[in-house]
Amino acid sequence: MDLALQLLFTGIGIGAVYALVALGFVLIFRATNVVNFAQGEFSMVAAYLMVVAVEAGLPYWAAFIVALLGMALLGVIFNLGVYYPLRHRTYLPVIIATIGASILLANSVLAIYGPQPQVLEGWFETPGIQVGPVYLDSQYLLIIGVTICLVIFNFWFFEKTLLGKKLQATSQDKEMASLLGISVSTMIMITFIYSAVLGGLAGILVAPVLFVSIQMGSTIALKAFAATIIGGFGDVAGAIIGGLSLGVIETFGAAYISVPYKDGFAFLVLIAFLIFRPQGIFGERVAEKA
Amino acid sequence: MSAPSDNMPIPAPGIHSKPLLVRHLPYFIGAAILVWLAATMRFDGYVHNILLQATTFSIAVFGLSVVLGLCGQINLAQAAFFGLGAYAVGIGTTDLQVSFWVCLVGGCLISLLAGAFLGMSTLRLGGHYLAMVTISFQQIVTLVMINAIWLTRGPDGVPNIKRPELFQSSQSYLAFCVAMLAIVGYLVWHLADTKLGRAMRAVRDNELAAGVNGIDVFRTKIYAFALCALLGGLAGGLFAGGFAYVSPDQFSFAESIVFLTMSLLGGVASPIGSAIGTGLLILIPEWLRFLKSVPGLYLAIYGLFVILIIRFMPDGIWGFVADAFTRWRAKIKAPPAAAALQLKPATIGGDTVLEVTGLSKHFGGLKAVDGVDIAVKRGGVHALIGPNGSGKTTTLNVLSGLYEATSGRIVLDGTDITHMAPHQRTAAGLGRTFQNIRLFRSMTALENVEIGAERPGNTMVGKGDDALTERAMEALTFVGLGSRANELISSFSYGHQRLIEIARALASNPTLLLLDEPAAGLNSTEKLELHELLKRIAAQGLTILIIDHDMTLVSEAAQHITVLNFGRRIADGESMAVLRHPDVVSAYLGSE
Repeated sequence: MDLALQLLFTGIGIGAVYALVALGFVLIFRATNVVNFAQGEFSMVAAYLMVVAVEAGLPYWAAFIVALLGMALLGVIFNLGVYYPLRHRTYLPVIIATIGASILLANSVLAIYGPQPQVLEGWFETPGIQVGPVYLDSQYLLIIGVTICLVIFNFWFFEKTLLGKKLQATSQDKEMASLLGISVSTMIMITFIYSAVLGGLAGILVAPVLFVSIQMGSTIALKAFAATIIGGFGDVAGAIIGGLSLGVIETFGAAYISVPYKDGFAFLVLIAFLIFRPQGIFGERVAEKA
Repeated sequence: MSAPSDNMPIPAPGIHSKPLLVRHLPYFIGAAILVWLAATMRFDGYVHNILLQATTFSIAVFGLSVVLGLCGQINLAQAAFFGLGAYAVGIGTTDLQVSFWVCLVGGCLISLLAGAFLGMSTLRLGGHYLAMVTISFQQIVTLVMINAIWLTRGPDGVPNIKRPELFQSSQSYLAFCVAMLAIVGYLVWHLADTKLGRAMRAVRDNELAAGVNGIDVFRTKIYAFALCALLGGLAGGLFAGGFAYVSPDQFSFAESIVFLTMSLLGGVASPIGSAIGTGLLILIPEWLRFLKSVPGLYLAIYGLFVILIIRFMPDGIWGFVADAFTRWRAKIKAPPAAAALQLKPATIGGDTVLEVTGLSKHFGGLKAVDGVDIAVKRGGVHALIGPNGSGKTTTLNVLSGLYEATSGRIVLDGTDITHMAPHQRTAAGLGRTFQNIRLFRSMTALENVEIGAERPGNTMVGKGDDALTERAMEALTFVGLGSRANELISSFSYGHQRLIEIARALASNPTLLLLDEPAAGLNSTEKLELHELLKRIAAQGLTILIIDHDMTLVSEAAQHITVLNFGRRIADGESMAVLRHPDVVSAYLGSE
């Protein structure tokens, strides 16, 4: 029972990271109708930026800001270099281009930094606290805390601010939005920046828990995508619930079933959902529109 | 578009005078020469290995040209299917001591089944699902190869893999692989012009239109995906026999990306392109070996290549060449003359071709169509009209099966089609066109119409490809576009594209033709021509249900009119009486 509680905590912590990346997926999907397969690499690149900045002697908070600014810049470049030129084409070329970008990003970092995984210290000096039978790791607490704050921020931003409403209008009907004087290309640019920063934040938060490696991007992206399907594609709440559930399932699976196949559980859950409930928990749209 | 000679039978010369195998003879002679060269020329070990790699990889990339090029579905796990085939031969011929041939076939079957399973679970959904699921599958296969040491010997890999008795020497084995490449290449090349291949291309270009033209979209996608997996497995088995050693890193996600890049670079739609892309991407890294000294660098360049190819050369090297060739050929090659089109709509049911009773379609609380009855009499032109938002197009979409009816019954010529999928309704005799034209854009006019002619249960077309082409030519000639049959859709005007869509429906010899706002977007001359065309269609006894705003067209062409407003039927009867009906006048002009 104690072990189960401990696993639940860890699972939610790791699930929160999947949820953040999944949120990035969903935002770009809603704005552009395209799944960005390089979303996971945003996390990986941000973690490396953070390692570089810390090694360069910047204080942790300054390195954090530098890394996130770097991600915003990457969001701009990504939009202009990968998405924007293909925006009038069907989804397939765009998907392939984002896959190309993902390969490019991962292997550029590999070429520059080499295959050796890097280590990033956590934000806090104290490693964690013992509450009853459960040991609460401080980094996991931070991840969960930040995720809660971001979910609230996200809700406020999209529902209560004018910019958020413009973004929503753009994602729902680009033609109408542009007739109302909203600059669609600016809105899409903002979405890419926001998603890149969100993905970057997830990468920086999870880096002290995992190693900072080239593979972390694709691993996280895979889980986050599974999370969006489990939650219901295109649904913000679904992405978060899906991410958290997947983190928990995976942690329990690794503890009770098999460690080497830990990364396989996400796939099995994904296939099960695709077969039995493709619309996910929250039942969003399934196929592309006619 | 009105061609005076339409109803004058012109003797149709044989469209393809020589049998297929004779016309393709040069290919087989070329292939035989290649096999002979591979069997007799002396290569050093290095060149031999490169040739063997290029040959086996090409077969795997052929798979991608089927699934991605022909059918427009993505597969990011081709290296995993390749690996399944390779490990089947690897483990089979060493640990299990089974014959090479049994292992090769077994590996193909395992890949085929894995592909079919993945396809069945995912292909009903949008394309990004397939991309992610194939990536996941790739990761799982790699995980199993590394961790299931009892089966795969783990990261060390499987050495000393055996070859068949017949091809023990590396020279003869290479010749065998080249022969396999030639056979598979021929099949993939020819596939595009078969019924299945046309269905795949139709699905790639426009799933919705493919469905209403009688193609089972889901099944077609599964066939394409399973075939791709099968070719991956075959290629992997040949690879394992050739190099006698397999290990997990040869079948990683990175290799899947390499396969994808090969396919995109050469030209995704054709096996020739696949072979060119594969050859280039095996040779270029050999020339630029220094790139491999920095880990990641050459894959990073592949990633960049993918982005650039997609942006600047979406059809690849071969696509670029072939496109120029097609345009040139369409100019010089006059399509064959055709006989007059015969329409013989089936007459199984009674006087009423289409009987709709109590049809409703609700979207949540919105009653878009609410308890509508329509009875379409055989042999006439029946119009369904109504102001914007009256539920006309929803009705049409329910009739053709794009929406499921909330309640009510649809009977077409005695068959209850209420719960049928779009392609089944087409098979039952329904033909339709779309308000916003849905043609298969990468095909010629003739190919588009051939897909219509291929409707299951079309009694007006004989056996074989020639009969199909003949029927399609007749339909195109009927709408006045026979002389431009070999041109690509993109070179036709909007009005002509609409005519091609009508020809596509006519070629299928439907029992009932649904026309969704055929006059929309046409200028006044084109409208007159359309009216003439409708008359000529009706003269052959084909029943037409037309939906349009254009009152002149409707009142002149239709004998019977049903009027909808707010999802309900407000009038029904003989044209002139209906148009004078006070409810209809007030619905259109507003009441005083």
